[in-house]
Amino acid sequence: MSRDGTGVPHSGGAAYLGMPAFPRAAETATRDDRLRANLRHATHTIRAKRARAVAELDDWARLRQAGAAIKDRTLRHLDHHLVRLEEAVTRAGGTVHWAADAAEANRIVTDLVRATGEREVVKVKSMATQEIGLNEALAEAGIRAYETDLAELIVQLGDDLPSHILVPAIHRNRGEIRDIFRDRMASWGRPAPEGLTDRPAELAEAARRHLREKFLRAKVGLSGANFMVAETGTLVVVESEGNGRMCLTLPETLISVVGIEKTVPTWRDLEVFLQLLPRSSTAERMNPYTSMWTGTADGDGPRVFHLVLLDNGRTDTLADEVGRQALRCIRCSACLNVCPVYERAGGHAYGSPYPGPIGAILTPQLRGLASPLEESLPYASSLCGACFEVCPVAIDIPEVLVHLRERVVEGGEVTIRGTRTTIKPAKRHTAERAAMRAARWTFDHPGALRRGQWILSRSRRLRPRRLPGPGRAWTDTRELPAVPAESFRDWWARTRGGTA
Amino acid sequence: MNGGTSRERILGRVRRALTDVPRDERPEDRPVVRDYLRTHGERTTSESLDLLAENLADYRALVHRVTATDLSALLARLLAERGARRVVAPAGLPGEWLADAAVDILSDAPVLTAHELDEVDSVVTGCALAIAETGTLVLGGGPGQGRRALTLVPDHHLCVVRTVDQVVDSVPQALERLAPAAARPLTWISGPSATSDIELDRVEGVHGPRTLEVILLAEDPRSV
Repeated sequence: MSRDGTGVPHSGGAAYLGMPAFPRAAETATRDDRLRANLRHATHTIRAKRARAVAELDDWARLRQAGAAIKDRTLRHLDHHLVRLEEAVTRAGGTVHWAADAAEANRIVTDLVRATGEREVVKVKSMATQEIGLNEALAEAGIRAYETDLAELIVQLGDDLPSHILVPAIHRNRGEIRDIFRDRMASWGRPAPEGLTDRPAELAEAARRHLREKFLRAKVGLSGANFMVAETGTLVVVESEGNGRMCLTLPETLISVVGIEKTVPTWRDLEVFLQLLPRSSTAERMNPYTSMWTGTADGDGPRVFHLVLLDNGRTDTLADEVGRQALRCIRCSACLNVCPVYERAGGHAYGSPYPGPIGAILTPQLRGLASPLEESLPYASSLCGACFEVCPVAIDIPEVLVHLRERVVEGGEVTIRGTRTTIKPAKRHTAERAAMRAARWTFDHPGALRRGQWILSRSRRLRPRRLPGPGRAWTDTRELPAVPAESFRDWWARTRGGTA
Repeated sequence: MNGGTSRERILGRVRRALTDVPRDERPEDRPVVRDYLRTHGERTTSESLDLLAENLADYRALVHRVTATDLSALLARLLAERGARRVVAPAGLPGEWLADAAVDILSDAPVLTAHELDEVDSVVTGCALAIAETGTLVLGGGPGQGRRALTLVPDHHLCVVRTVDQVVDSVPQALERLAPAAARPLTWISGPSATSDIELDRVEGVHGPRTLEVILLAEDPRSV
């Protein structure tokens, strides 16, 4: 266990055990000026770019509604689609495994790697494998997993934890990355070149050389997937660097661990998500590389393909009629980049691989309200609504946050590992129970909510971005997120989803 | 194999989680309104080509336009400028394309190992189609496209797009055309390898080819 500049304990891995509740972790992080400056710079860069990429498409709002509708339709009959997917993958030469929880998924993957006789694997960046702590499980079995995404490499070499869905090393600036490469690459393989500077192109070149030998000799690749098409059995991985293509193409055996909610029913559905995802995540018209594969193919790529379908709390989330919309998430991370709380607290404070607004609703649902950390996450928000505005599949994150706060404060029915249970109110929340009732009243009385949001959005526009005089320094690292001139609710009332 | 137990457990949990879904509702009963656009704008063929060229260049691909008569000379010149000596040509690539190039041409038969591919300077391919609105090439393992590793390991990729029949406007059009090919692995390429991992700023050049040259091949005027 060590500490880095964020003051957050880390252990090279398994995942955030013993993490303090959000307020305490966030308090430490907000005192770290460098961390806050790095986050502010990166999130503000991407916000403006994303807005431009989205504005290029006149039908963005309609694509967003279609994306939400496809995901909802899939979730309502997920059993049907999973069985179809299994049939299609099997027909195409793949083998499908089912893992009810993290331990089972790790056991399946470990056994599959062992059966190949290999002691090392190359990995494509994957949220699902981080969620289950796969690298640590493999290490215990004597198998070394090499992360090949540049940011994941930075995290792995730095014995650090990821802090962003898309850019796990977002808390590191170029100078810190240079230092990590210079100091740590040699102990993992090819050392960094002499005289490495902090120019991004040079850093990328160093990563290319360091990883190339690993790609060329790799016999086993591990991946997740962004989408799985039930109709055809096709898996889709969206990436930028080409490390994904390397891992998906060069090894003899490919093992993909994918959450069951990544299923889409038809090939055609990809036409929506391949427009929504790149523009929302990296703010590109299209990401540099997208790989699609269906089982195995003669003479092209791995000869053996295993798909591990992961539950690990997803069916519990599905059982919550309000909370299940979190399963629409396509992991674009747009909500992180606009969130004022994320910008100040950083990703580590959320205590899971899923930080930011989506993490605040996903983690407590996947894990259950099991500890003070999970109980605190629904409060890691000012309910400003910026996350909902940018979400490409229209997840109403504030709605789910309020719903989960109610669960924390008042207790109620939840599903834990497939069994419906009634949980008691969390301790120390008596005072909030009254507040909760008021909040629920507001949400039950949409007129009042509308007025509140209206006032919020109007008053925001009058607020200066920088304070004058002695307050100027304070706002150097603090800025309100760009609040859309029009709230989603107003926009919807005006256009009903038509072209704005 | 992990047997049927977890499979049944997960499917059972899914069914119990969805008790609010009416029992007689079928998967296709919930309509998805697809009122989004098939293409973002009406374009003539030449406007689509211009947009493709513009978007490819925007993401740092090098774009060349040529007619069939001049293709082999252009390829020879581009390979020479690059100093390429060893070039992979996948099965089905028209032989005349590389007729003028003073390079060693490797076919992929017998299959080149990953290490052998790493010693190759350039790869020349065709494509399945190109998407104008996003500046994307799609390769599907068809004639002249090769298996996926061929366009991945070498550092220089020259891709020829037949403008007469391989350019579509949009992502929805591309997926419709690709549906019959979905069983084969597909690779969508939009510019050279890049990363946004350092301070969320795009930098070209990580693991895939760092130089992508796209040749938009038109029919000869007299043959049209």
